[in-house]
Amino acid sequence: MTTGYRVAPYTVPVQRRAAGLLHRDSVLRRLDWSLLLSVLALCAIGAVLVWSATRQAAVQTGDDPQAYLKRHVLNAVIGLVLGVVASVFDYRMLRAYAPVLYLLSLAGLVAVLSPLGSTVNGSHSWIVLPAGFSVQPSELAKVALVVGMSMLLAEKRDAEDEPRDVDVVLALAFASVPLALVMLQPDLGTALVICALVLGLVAVSGAPIRWVVGLVLSAVLVAVVAAQTGMLKDYQLDRFRAFFDPTADPKGAGFNVRQAQIAIGSGGVDGQGLFQGQQTQGEFVPAQQTDFIFTVAGEELGFIGAAIVVGLIGLVLWRAGRIAMQADDLFGRLVATGILCWFAFQSFQNIGMTLGIMPVTGVPLPFVSYGGSSMFAGLIAVGLLQNVHMRRYA
Amino acid sequence: MSERSRLRLVVVQVLVLSLLATLLGRLWYLQVLASESYQAAATENGTREIITPAARGMILDSRGRPLARNRTALVVSISRTAMLRQPDGGRELVAKVARVIGEPVDAVWEKTRLCGAEGARPAPRCFNGSPYQPIPLTDEANTQMALQIMERREDFPGVTAELTAVREYPQPLGANAAHELGYLGPVTDEELAERNQPGARPAGRRLETVLQATDLIGRTGLERQYDADLRGRPGVKVLAVDSQGGVSGVVSQTDPVPGNYLVTTIDADVQAEAETQLKAAILRARLTGDINKGYATRLKADSGAVVVLDVHTGGIVAMASYPTYDPNIWVGGISTKDYRQISSKRNHYPNQSRAFQGEFAPASTFKAVTLPAAVRAGYSLDGSYDCPSAYSIGGSPKRNYESQAYGVISMLRAIQVSCDTVFYKFAYETWLRMGGLDAKKNAKDPFTDMAKAFGLGRRTGLDLPGEADGRIADRAWKRAYWKATKDFYCAKAKTGYPEVARTDPRRAAYLLQLSRENCVDGYAYRGGDAANFAIGQGDTTTTPLQMARVYAAVANGGTLVTPHIGRAVMTPEGELVRRIAPKPAGTVPVSGSTLSWLRHALRTVTESGTGYGPFARAQFPLDKLPVATKTGTGEVYGKQTTSWFASYAPANDPQYAVVMMVSQGGTGSGISGPSVAELYKTLFGITGSRVELSKARPPGGHPTVKLPAVRRDGTVVLP
Repeated sequence: MTTGYRVAPYTVPVQRRAAGLLHRDSVLRRLDWSLLLSVLALCAIGAVLVWSATRQAAVQTGDDPQAYLKRHVLNAVIGLVLGVVASVFDYRMLRAYAPVLYLLSLAGLVAVLSPLGSTVNGSHSWIVLPAGFSVQPSELAKVALVVGMSMLLAEKRDAEDEPRDVDVVLALAFASVPLALVMLQPDLGTALVICALVLGLVAVSGAPIRWVVGLVLSAVLVAVVAAQTGMLKDYQLDRFRAFFDPTADPKGAGFNVRQAQIAIGSGGVDGQGLFQGQQTQGEFVPAQQTDFIFTVAGEELGFIGAAIVVGLIGLVLWRAGRIAMQADDLFGRLVATGILCWFAFQSFQNIGMTLGIMPVTGVPLPFVSYGGSSMFAGLIAVGLLQNVHMRRYA
Repeated sequence: MSERSRLRLVVVQVLVLSLLATLLGRLWYLQVLASESYQAAATENGTREIITPAARGMILDSRGRPLARNRTALVVSISRTAMLRQPDGGRELVAKVARVIGEPVDAVWEKTRLCGAEGARPAPRCFNGSPYQPIPLTDEANTQMALQIMERREDFPGVTAELTAVREYPQPLGANAAHELGYLGPVTDEELAERNQPGARPAGRRLETVLQATDLIGRTGLERQYDADLRGRPGVKVLAVDSQGGVSGVVSQTDPVPGNYLVTTIDADVQAEAETQLKAAILRARLTGDINKGYATRLKADSGAVVVLDVHTGGIVAMASYPTYDPNIWVGGISTKDYRQISSKRNHYPNQSRAFQGEFAPASTFKAVTLPAAVRAGYSLDGSYDCPSAYSIGGSPKRNYESQAYGVISMLRAIQVSCDTVFYKFAYETWLRMGGLDAKKNAKDPFTDMAKAFGLGRRTGLDLPGEADGRIADRAWKRAYWKATKDFYCAKAKTGYPEVARTDPRRAAYLLQLSRENCVDGYAYRGGDAANFAIGQGDTTTTPLQMARVYAAVANGGTLVTPHIGRAVMTPEGELVRRIAPKPAGTVPVSGSTLSWLRHALRTVTESGTGYGPFARAQFPLDKLPVATKTGTGEVYGKQTTSWFASYAPANDPQYAVVMMVSQGGTGSGISGPSVAELYKTLFGITGSRVELSKARPPGGHPTVKLPAVRRDGTVVLP
């Protein structure tokens, strides 16, 4: 990076900005519209799917059938606001705030492990707030981790562009603390997402190849040791076993997998129709509005609908990759790469488990699954992508 | 930024692309290629079958008295889905129910766990029905409990108290017949899988053969043999449900079809009397000293059996075994204690029927088989034969067990006094003529061949599971037995019996001698074996039922009937479904003149032979109702003798064959004989010296022919 900083659009006087919304350098022109529209489309589809997944149960219990729909939309609106905030100031300034973000996320993760946290589905991952809200700090920690690691790996050095060993060590040490805290919850899904993200960041940072190879090998090693020594909880192992043989325990660990596949498989090409899915409306798929939301798309919208969801995610990932590629500096590229890896792996993990090609671990599908923290983190990340995009030297 | 970073970013993007491609590929497979099977699974998921069990058909005695029926019990059950709806998984609900029915909370909770789940009772006592089937908590609720539950439905969501049919064995007149009736048990997973295989299901009649997981299935006896007739067809209601069990509609409904009635040949009066008389014989034996021990020790009389057979049809009018048990202990699942009781050696295995599962040496009752064999071998019925106290076989004397020396006597006398030595001579001489030890393997032995012709050594075809074969210890058997045991005996022939020698050197020497012989030429069919065979001793065994069939064949003129208990299957409306009248197994190869000679001889056994005592003591009017009998006293190594009494009556127009056997019960005439005489009094309505066939049980002195009348409501017109 030899060129100097280009003056960012937001530094132009306010009165000029208002006058030139369609000006070449205007915010609206510089936004990555494909990215934004795909994300909004995913949020909208998510809202409908969440609605479909929850209305039947609400009718039975006499609750408002649209309660989840409304909350999902509210989450998306709050998330969009947060995303705008994440995009308005120059991302390079983020470096200054990275330590603060990092410490905040660590505080959140520690709080979750304290008596403040609540256990849902075997993971101690939530902080329940008044008025029915709850926060899942591990979601927001991903944002802090992406920014922090990118900062460490892209630290401006005099002679060389690539991070030295010491930088990599520092970055890994930096990542290991939240990773360990997430593992303690235990939230295996998020931990895996963090691993994927760390690996992607180290690779794209240009660090010596031995680090990339080493990380891959140690990940394999840890997986084997964990399975052998019983570091994993029984239910986690059961889920993995159920992955390899879903029929082994149809009422237990394999139940989700089996029901999810029945739901998706019975959708066929064009689906059973919105609100018409037998599996969905009969509430056969557990955690359907959150981790198994994709099954609603599969059953009610069929292959066409499910493929559109996958396509939209692909669009988001393509734009994230493009933004990383075109970023002006290594920090920007790494931020975008981290988000790319995060979204990509989490989406694959989530959809893959509903399709029976990945073990069941509780991670939400970005923008589609119901859940505030996940939605906020995702939209903040999109804000960061836009931030990097808008401030590139074009 | 370096080129390396750029390249790696490209690699990352390619990886991401491949992940997406994987998802789409899998999605294509699930939703397009394999969609049909998942759609089927979804349909199955969304419906639930609720099974209404069919009332099991009754088992009736020959005159319509129920031997097995259903009693209605108030069953309190709980819906599992209702439990799951409770915030605490139903714990509090179960506790409330437990308080009402007065059982410990934990015990009731245990019952609600499905088989295999944590805290469930071990199979088969756990609940293995579908999760949508209400789980029965008790079948002993009373009306007050039921009202408590049904009147406060809001406090007991998903709990019901309903009248349900439970099996009951009422034992009319005390007729227990436990071994014949059998019992019900829960169906096992294997049976379910086997019976419900697509191939095992006739098209269009799906539910008739399909077993449900909650079904009870006949495990032994008539309950098992006629299970398909008795079970009926369960009603099935197919409901559309969600995952919580919430019902959204009825898809289809078929009403249960009650099971058919089984009418048996058993007459409850005779069955009760047979059981009483068998028990009397056992008790008599236990008060009697063992003649072989100089009356110093009492007879053990560990077990016994009695069979009353219709000589013409093979219908079993009564069949009893001692010891027995109350068949009702099986209802609702047998307790561990009860099960141990009826299957323990200490109690002489009350769960086994000596009548058709017990194998015993038939002793002299077997002469009814070996006499025709001797005739075949060329011995004249008009000849005179020497009856010494012992007969020498290969240089060693074989003594006359049941009688002393009678000198030269007629064949008739030989039967009357049951002279063993005469039969030794017949068998040994025949054996010598056949070549003795060198006889060909396939040589035709008239004695063993005759036994086979009388249906011995194989099952009679009785319509009860678990019948024993008995054994004909002929040449082939000896050779097979030697092959199976020679290694053991040859080893013992080398080592001897030091453990026995310590306490009983004489016995050890005897055993060693035996082992040596068995090792070297145990396969040989010796003269002694042939002689033993002729008097029903040695390794030859029969069941009491087989012997009853032999005497029925003698009585009816040579037809080998097929014994059976089932007589007819009727619908609960009283319509005949089918009669059960198994064809005879064949005819015995004995000439009519020999048979009539034998019938005459057996009649004189009662009048002036070994069968005289019991009937004389019972002041039985033999002049009005002649009886043909043959006694037997079987020697068993290491045990007291087996008491046999085989008979049929009336001797001039045979109707029933009665055989009684008491293991370790002394002599035939002393122990079994008196009981058989008493039994005939019931069969022919005898009081004092009067024979009143109208008072006979069954009436008329012959088995009931008419089928019981069933009223429209399914109840039976009782005699």
